[in-house]
Amino acid sequence: MAWYDFFTTVPEMERQGLRDLKKTIDGSFRDFSREFGESLENFFDPVLFFLVWLEKLLLATPWPIIILIVAGLAWLGSRSIWIVVGSILSFLAIAYLGMWEDTMSTLAIISVATTLCLVIGIPLGILMARSDRLQAMITPVLDIMQTIPAFVYLIPVVMLLGIGKVPGLISVCIYAIPPIVRLTNLGIRLVEKEALEAADAFGANYFQRLFGVQIPLALPNIFAGINQTIMMALSMVVIASMIGVAGLGVPVLRSISNQYLALGLMNGLAIVALAIIFDRVTQSYGARLQKHRHGENHG
Amino acid sequence: MADMKIQIKNLYKIFGQRPKSVLKHVQDGMSKTELLEKHGHVLGLKDINIDIPAKGVSVIMGLSGSGKSTLIRHINRLIEPTAGEMIVDGEDVLAMGKNKLRDFRRHKASMVFQKFGLHVHRTVAENAAYGLVVQGVKLEEAKKQSQKWVERVGLAGFEDHYPAQLSGGMQQRVGLARALATDAEILLMDEAFSALDPLIRTDMQDVLLGLQDELHKTIVFITHDLDEALRIGDSIAILRDGAVIQQGDPQDIIMHPADDYIVDFIQDINRGRVIRLRTLMDKGTSVEGPSLDQSLNLEEALQVVSNAPGKAANVIDGSGATIGSINLEQVIAGLSRPDVVTNPEARYR
Repeated sequence: MAWYDFFTTVPEMERQGLRDLKKTIDGSFRDFSREFGESLENFFDPVLFFLVWLEKLLLATPWPIIILIVAGLAWLGSRSIWIVVGSILSFLAIAYLGMWEDTMSTLAIISVATTLCLVIGIPLGILMARSDRLQAMITPVLDIMQTIPAFVYLIPVVMLLGIGKVPGLISVCIYAIPPIVRLTNLGIRLVEKEALEAADAFGANYFQRLFGVQIPLALPNIFAGINQTIMMALSMVVIASMIGVAGLGVPVLRSISNQYLALGLMNGLAIVALAIIFDRVTQSYGARLQKHRHGENHG
Repeated sequence: MADMKIQIKNLYKIFGQRPKSVLKHVQDGMSKTELLEKHGHVLGLKDINIDIPAKGVSVIMGLSGSGKSTLIRHINRLIEPTAGEMIVDGEDVLAMGKNKLRDFRRHKASMVFQKFGLHVHRTVAENAAYGLVVQGVKLEEAKKQSQKWVERVGLAGFEDHYPAQLSGGMQQRVGLARALATDAEILLMDEAFSALDPLIRTDMQDVLLGLQDELHKTIVFITHDLDEALRIGDSIAILRDGAVIQQGDPQDIIMHPADDYIVDFIQDINRGRVIRLRTLMDKGTSVEGPSLDQSLNLEEALQVVSNAPGKAANVIDGSGATIGSINLEQVIAGLSRPDVVTNPEARYR
């Protein structure tokens, strides 16, 4: 052994040990999923039921009614005739190019995933804003959720729940929940001290502070979070389709393996169209909620 | 004087990691600088003892960093003290439990803030009603009840505007209406008018004095502006480096400043407008001449006194009875400034 061996050879675990380590982890997780997989699946049954119901409902509804509802929601959210016209044209193009059913499936899973993210994410963000310690604990978890390659967490999810809608939904949520948690937390922490001090001085209790002052004043940030969560959920559609989620991701996946350029492009653009509609509608709704911030006729 | 509404007793506030552990040093007389250098704690308030009478305007004044805003936040306990008592109507606020403190803040003491502290997502009417809503009154009912205060502060017609649409002076009127709407007996005003332009400030002082003539609340008013303090204060306490250095009748502070710091402080005021006849008169004497009300200031009295044949006038109280007399020499002497005694080492400017 030469003296410089220390510098040239990487200190490495011996192969046998490494293999055993991996085997142990795999084995124990497999045991865990055999033990609890089924009860976990049962736990998610209501979500699955709702998702299937929504998908069927969207598919069973006549197409003109869906377009009317989309246009109506776009108008309620944005109050902009351009966004409404854009939405109608996009949906007509989607229908005409034969992507209607996939689009409805995608809409269903996006709606359910976003709802789930908001129901879990907003309260979590509120708790996080309340305690520095909790923030220090949750922030690294969110970092991991956002940066770990989606394929990596697909493995344990599939091992636990197999292939299907629920594991797809969970992986979409893992990817899409961080922004709403972060921005709820941030928004509440950024609420002006004076406004809160006034609430305290008049004897507001915790809930009066939270719902009367903190959340209303944090709304611009919370809305940015909702917007980001929807966008991220949409971008997970293709990956989710790898584990059996129906929707616009399926044809995209098929066109990758078969080199169907046109098919891939059309479905990809359909996802983009949905994203733009969601984005514009939620953004302008959020902006409209904040009208009072901008003073007119000052003085 | 009247009964004491608020009594602040031996109040200490030290900011830092372990304030209780260094309290002893401060009580033994350690200075602010020494405390910071040796123990890394900041002395906020040191042995404050102030009695605040009911139904009067008590001004606490000091320059920035003197601890005045910290002090007023102890009255409704927005800041927890390190030691001491805060007796309001015979009850120690600092010993109150959570619910009791909340009730105290809801019903007994309301507050007006330097930066207004309005809720930008509420309209003027909703802001004014906020204190009532927190008490549990339904919004519509609360708006109805607070409407008279919105009108009283001169904001009729602006009920549906948002704070961002109003000027600073108008925003502070909303702050005032909000504080008045809860009918609390105590009004805490933390540099309430300091952020306003001079003209608007005078305006708001008039609004406050007008309201006080009617309402007779116990007002604790924080300011760094001596003219403002003299204009509205029935009594003044002057704070420096977290300690009270003089308190009492404003007239008394001007005539008998306790130390060089206060002498410097009162140097630039317009004595002719601040000093009143009752302060300078010879008590119990009377002369041949015109009669002047005791509350007139020297500027107002000067002309009359100098035109009087005897260069002197009687001073009368509100009922018209003569309570003393004053002559021209006294008036002129009153106008002259005290000697400047600025200590070259003074560091408060």
